[in-house]
Amino acid sequence: MTNYIPNSDKDKKLMMDAIGIKNTDELFTDIPKEKILTNPLNLPRGVSEIELRQNMKDICKKNIIPKLSFLGAGCYNHFIPSTVNSVISRSEFLTAYTPYQPEISQGSLQIMYEFQSMIASLSGMDAANASMYDGASALAEAASVTCLSKGKNTILISKSVHPEYRDVVRTYMKARDVNVIEIEIKDGVTDKDDLKNRVNEDVAAVIVQSPNFFGIIEDQEKISDIAHKNNALMVSCVTESISLGILKSPGSLGADIFIGEGQSFGLTPSFGGPHLGLFAVKKELVRKMPGRIVGKTSDADGKDAYVLTLQAREQHIRREKACSNICTNQGLCAIAASVYLSTVGKKLKDLAYQNMQKAHYAFDTLLQVDGCEKVFENPFFNEFVLKVKNSREIKSKLEEKNIIIGLLLEDFYPELKDCILFCVTELTRKEDIDDLAKELSVAIGDSL
Amino acid sequence: MITIFEKSKGGVSAIEILKLDVPDTGRIPKELERDFLELPEVSEIEVIRHYIQLSRRNFGVDLGFYPLGSCTMKYSPKINEEIANFEGFSGLHPYVPLSFSQGSLKLMYGLSSFLKEISGMDAVSLQPAAGAHGELTGIMIMKVYFEKKQEKRTKIMIPDSAHGTNPATVTMCGFTCMQVKSSSKGSLDIDDLKAKIDSDTVGLMLTNPNTLGIFDENILEIIKIVHDNGSLVYCDGANLNANMGIVRVGDLGFDMIHFNLHKTFSTPHGCGGPGSGPLGVKEYLAEFLPNPTIIEEKNGGRESYKLDYSKNSIGKVKAFYGNFTVLVKAYAYIMGLGAEGIKNAAENAVLNANYMMSKLKKHYNLPYDRICQHEFVIDDSRMENNVTTNDIAKRLLDYGFHAPTVYFPLIVKGAMMIEPTETESKETLDRFCDVMIKIKEESKTDQDKVKNAPWKMPVKRVDAVKAARELDVVFNK
Amino acid sequence: MENPKELKYTKEHEWVKVEEDNVVIGVTDFAQHLLTDIVFVELPEMGKEIEQGKPFMVIESVKSVSDVYASVSGKISKVNEDLQDNSGLVNDDPFGRGWLVKVKIKDAKEIDKLMSAEEYEKFCKEEENK
Repeated sequence: MTNYIPNSDKDKKLMMDAIGIKNTDELFTDIPKEKILTNPLNLPRGVSEIELRQNMKDICKKNIIPKLSFLGAGCYNHFIPSTVNSVISRSEFLTAYTPYQPEISQGSLQIMYEFQSMIASLSGMDAANASMYDGASALAEAASVTCLSKGKNTILISKSVHPEYRDVVRTYMKARDVNVIEIEIKDGVTDKDDLKNRVNEDVAAVIVQSPNFFGIIEDQEKISDIAHKNNALMVSCVTESISLGILKSPGSLGADIFIGEGQSFGLTPSFGGPHLGLFAVKKELVRKMPGRIVGKTSDADGKDAYVLTLQAREQHIRREKACSNICTNQGLCAIAASVYLSTVGKKLKDLAYQNMQKAHYAFDTLLQVDGCEKVFENPFFNEFVLKVKNSREIKSKLEEKNIIIGLLLEDFYPELKDCILFCVTELTRKEDIDDLAKELSVAIGDSL
Repeated sequence: MITIFEKSKGGVSAIEILKLDVPDTGRIPKELERDFLELPEVSEIEVIRHYIQLSRRNFGVDLGFYPLGSCTMKYSPKINEEIANFEGFSGLHPYVPLSFSQGSLKLMYGLSSFLKEISGMDAVSLQPAAGAHGELTGIMIMKVYFEKKQEKRTKIMIPDSAHGTNPATVTMCGFTCMQVKSSSKGSLDIDDLKAKIDSDTVGLMLTNPNTLGIFDENILEIIKIVHDNGSLVYCDGANLNANMGIVRVGDLGFDMIHFNLHKTFSTPHGCGGPGSGPLGVKEYLAEFLPNPTIIEEKNGGRESYKLDYSKNSIGKVKAFYGNFTVLVKAYAYIMGLGAEGIKNAAENAVLNANYMMSKLKKHYNLPYDRICQHEFVIDDSRMENNVTTNDIAKRLLDYGFHAPTVYFPLIVKGAMMIEPTETESKETLDRFCDVMIKIKEESKTDQDKVKNAPWKMPVKRVDAVKAARELDVVFNK
Repeated sequence: MENPKELKYTKEHEWVKVEEDNVVIGVTDFAQHLLTDIVFVELPEMGKEIEQGKPFMVIESVKSVSDVYASVSGKISKVNEDLQDNSGLVNDDPFGRGWLVKVKIKDAKEIDKLMSAEEYEKFCKEEENK
């Protein structure tokens, strides 16, 4: 059994004497006696560190990391510079709590301040918070913010927003008794006519994602115009944050709130988490923003210092009047993203450019394969959709060869039968793309 | 310390981007491209020095005692970090086919089973990302539970000693709060509960042991009163570390509980996250848990794992399945300790807290003088020269300790909430108590030393008023 | 600080000054001490209807949020814009430049229900001894 108890039996005896008890049972006399467990819990026998490592390796081996994967759809396989892990494995960051005592937490507070600055700048917003659980829950919280600040009860969300994000928004909004109306898709982007038909003065916000779930760049400017003309806010969401390196910022296109998934900034896929929710707003909404916010100030000697600020918004002070209950966030993931963005710096643009170029090369190459068809015409970033006949069969065939070709969209959009969402990043090599084309061609040939 | 932005200069970079190996056929229309990108330009050594220097201006459990009440700052075993970083765990995409993720699913199924056993619940969702997220999921489930029964109820009862997340959660679910008083003994005032509960009551949210570190001796009666009213009882499991392996909340009658894996099950707090807040519920609430949950199937002695979707689920509360690598660490922790180790941890956590309490109550006011569980609350009412809890907290930093949780719970004026956890030695506890006694002496003889503390930190006392009045939350050249 | 004799007071520690058919509302010196350093004043919208005894705006300090209760019923006719950039005025000059709002009063009789400076001082003493 592994044991992290530093006290010997002799220590414990001394401590019990000091308290005035004979055994530890006397510490639990407030618990109804008949409910105290008489048998040990039905859990495995504790093991040593040696056995633990072996056992966990055995479990881990049941996972298979594919030889080649073109999965994206909200979680991306990007290069992580070695600086990132080197910093986030520091005990001073790893084993600290939320910086409640600023004088002993200047390190993490300054990083949060720098993180907020980077996110605000990338998204074209005036302020950002110190992180949310993930993009999806952050989007749901943003929907709440728009309803509370507008005093309205309806949200419009485009169907081109990640299906799981829409699911989370619906869950949160149902609890608040807010209506969520979905806007149809046309040619892989939000149908502006449908949006115009549905938007009205009762709508608190219009939510879009760009690049959207199909990798396509939405016309955020037009959508925010439509929203603002109807006295609604515009919430812009991104799941592939690398795209911010090259694309115009949501803030410059009229978004009032920016929500992002920051996993691409230095975090591993980790089977879906922990990832990093990004939340940034225009000036008017700073005091409505949920979550921790770090502010710059000075100490008693007038030296620069950092501290959690605007805390009166938060649950521990505002209690039932707070707009959110969030407290623990994704602190260490935000630190990872800060290190990532400091390391990559302005080269984020080159990196984004490569993602886009490689995706377009893949798109062109796969279109040459007999049986692969174009689905949408609009410009895309690093994900795209192709139609492949018998897609399910072909997908499983290639899985046997340890290749995952992408995501079958019909699992989320029944109308997009046989459509596959492919993702290509800077880590995808030209030969990987060529291999995929070859394997696809063989598999399609066999299936005919 | 100057910011990374001020260290930035043109023409250097910490990385080299790969040469593009495909034809350059960019097709993003120029008008969609951004024209400027404001990120630092620094060399790799500058990046590392910046963050490592900042790390030296921070404090974690690995550096010293961190008795932050209700946060269970126990030691995070290093082996669990190593395991979570196995590539098979960290490198897997959430949308791989099930045949690729059997290891992850087995682990999640296993962790759910452990949590069920520890809590006496029947079903668990691992999706919530933090305690408050688990609470939110729980109260959403209460909402659909009554909707399905076609009962319209709107009020949730919360003790006045509750954590702020509880009332905030209630509002997020469209309910209203009804505050219940604490008794003079620090437990729930049963008469007040009886007076306020009615047919409009959805349920009671109870932290047990509560934020005073007290296990409510009337717990069975309280739960009976609430159940007799047709209402549900939620256990805020923030303080589960006190009682795991000793009593199970499910056996006490609670209908649901969230676990804080980043407290009770040792996963590190990382300056505020990532955490994980799984929710456990009784059988009759299982159908409402967020989708998907993990199920095990046995085929001729071979297990396989699948995702299960319930049509009555409240929906998802987070993309994908939860903070998976945090789950890995918690699973490894429970595997390492086993049944005996889990109980041992709880016993030692409570022993440590009572030991400190017995030493400190001779010098500091202890508003609720009775056996405590994992933590206890003292206050500053016996301090001289108007030395406050805040002053004591700051002075503790000079002595190499993190401060306790201060000014919480709200029902104790000038509260200091101290939670030592089981992973601290008697020597550390003695040293901390000695320092607390010394600070009390200092406040009599050398009050300025206490009132202007800290002295040994990278900064002097930080001006939080200025931060809020002259809001500066992003760097501007 | 003295509580000016010409003002009227509420149990929620607000003061009221009558100016023809408008009244000025602020918080007392006693209140600003309790609130500690005020960092933000959330002013109500112009024209908002308020009702005596009901909360209508909030004042934030670093560690607390406090409702301000309407001393009289009526319509907000003016707000103290200076507080937007300088909320500390409420601490520094509660009876003067730190005023909060002006209200077009509905029923002048409501003012009669309020306390005089002497009554208010007595009330504060009782509060302190609680």
